[in-house]
Amino acid sequence: MTVLSDTRVLGSNAEAAAASTGTTARVWEALRSVRDPELDADVVSLDFVASVSVDVSGDSAVAHVALRLPTYFCAPNFAFLMVADAHDVVSAAEGVSRADVVLIDHFASDAINAGVAARAGFVTSMAGTEVGEAVAELDELRRTFTERALMAGTDLVVRPLMREGATPEQVAAMALGDAPASADLDRLRRRRLELGIPSSDADPLVVDPSGRTVGVEALPLHLRKARSYQVGVDANTSICRGQLAARYGV
Amino acid sequence: MYEKDGEKYFVVDSHMHYWDASPENWVPGAEQYAKGWIECFHAYQSLGPAETHWSIEHFQKYSEEDTMKDLFTDGHVDVAIAQPTYLREWYTEGFNTTERNGELLRKHPDKFRLNTRFDPRDGDAGMREFERNVEEWKPIGAKLYTAEWNGDSRGYKLSDPECYRFLERAQELGIKNIHIHKGPTIWPLDKDAFDVADVDKAATDFQGLNFIVEHVGLPRIEDFCFMATQEPNVYAGLSVVLGGLMHARPRFFAKVMGELLFWVGEDKMTFGSDYAIWEPKWQVEGLVDWDYPEGHDYDDYPRLGVEGKKKILGLNAARLYDIPVPAELQLRGDSPAAQDDAELVEREVAQA
Repeated sequence: MTVLSDTRVLGSNAEAAAASTGTTARVWEALRSVRDPELDADVVSLDFVASVSVDVSGDSAVAHVALRLPTYFCAPNFAFLMVADAHDVVSAAEGVSRADVVLIDHFASDAINAGVAARAGFVTSMAGTEVGEAVAELDELRRTFTERALMAGTDLVVRPLMREGATPEQVAAMALGDAPASADLDRLRRRRLELGIPSSDADPLVVDPSGRTVGVEALPLHLRKARSYQVGVDANTSICRGQLAARYGV
Repeated sequence: MYEKDGEKYFVVDSHMHYWDASPENWVPGAEQYAKGWIECFHAYQSLGPAETHWSIEHFQKYSEEDTMKDLFTDGHVDVAIAQPTYLREWYTEGFNTTERNGELLRKHPDKFRLNTRFDPRDGDAGMREFERNVEEWKPIGAKLYTAEWNGDSRGYKLSDPECYRFLERAQELGIKNIHIHKGPTIWPLDKDAFDVADVDKAATDFQGLNFIVEHVGLPRIEDFCFMATQEPNVYAGLSVVLGGLMHARPRFFAKVMGELLFWVGEDKMTFGSDYAIWEPKWQVEGLVDWDYPEGHDYDDYPRLGVEGKKKILGLNAARLYDIPVPAELQLRGDSPAAQDDAELVEREVAQA
């Protein structure tokens, strides 16, 4: 992965340089919590972060982040969501006084960047631009894709259990705490929480996107569908990665 | 026709383009969109084998000679279905209009079938244009972009009353096949852009039409699969699936094929190269050679044999477009007479 990262230091004292380096690392870390909802992966691992730099001047540290996408015409609503989320988490990162997050090389870059920078009521600030009303539906969109992520995540967690020989009866009776610890399980828990679905160790392992337990009768079809969701995410991710590689030579 | 290991495959490329995206055709003031669009398409080409990549200049505008060579001389294609994409806001003469495709049809009537298009948001004027196109070119198919923005509209649904008016008229005029773009995000879209519920409803209400969902609804392939499995007149158009995944990501390609074979089935999948994004040659040869990779990830997917590949590469689309298939290229024991017999039996069973 080739990612530009430079630390520009205004003034020359070593203390400021150290502060800037630490802040830059925290900005990168913060960006790992921003995800492409469609691909259910974070913008750092997707290579969507073109550059991060921190300008330190006296007590002030301004974090500059440039985001990039696989194509000039990637969906503007997803783009907006990622830029807005990045702006939020970078602004909140320790040591950052102000965040300047921009999307580059996109047909709606100007509208999105202006909308995110204005911050106050960005939906209205986008009205009349080419992004228009599409961003008004962001919350609904995010929920739709989080539901899909729950289904896809179910496949990632349950498929290995079935391969090891677990029966539908056993899986239907399992709680979250019964599944072996894994990154996929952690992610599944987080997606459930985002959807307002209880996710303690004692809660059922397999639920539908509305949070209802899936009984043994419905389980085979539910898992078959969960797998289809996962295949869809994988296929889309591979096309996006390929496009990004072609565009930026990464 | 493609021959491999003693098997002969009749090839119908059911989704290809003949576009002009050269700078001379860019609308003044909209150059960045025209340029962005074709560069985006060009990046897709990079997902195919390196030796099939074109320069951007060649990709922007290729000739009739190039098309004939890439499809028919080198590409194993017997008959190609030319699909239109207008984009007149960015391209002065349109990106790939019915008329432009018509140039190919006029010169090579045995090689092409021509599809036209409509946009229900264009109202009565759009209806008249559609009727004129049908009268002039006698198409039996149309290509629709429901996610396209048009003025203040952010897309439409097949199930909209205005669209039903066009679908009814299309049926009266002899249109049989509706190709719908439900695929990757190369255009502004809202949350409904990939929603296939509208196809579900239209397919139920228009039993006389076939609906070929191009790009199988990527990235929402599962929604498409769950819908298509219930609708006998809904097909999976494999454009982008083959070109975008088979070479670049063979394991993901295998899973997508497995899903489609499981939910939709080999009788309702159609090959489309999406030329000139990708040339058909490597796609045809690759599909004929294709099998699942080693590993248990694919155990519960249906297998795809020679007969299934023959259907996907050409016989299914030939049926949809009434394209005559030489007897030696039919499935074994599946001559036209046998098909008639089968229909007769079905009718008798239905009547009994």
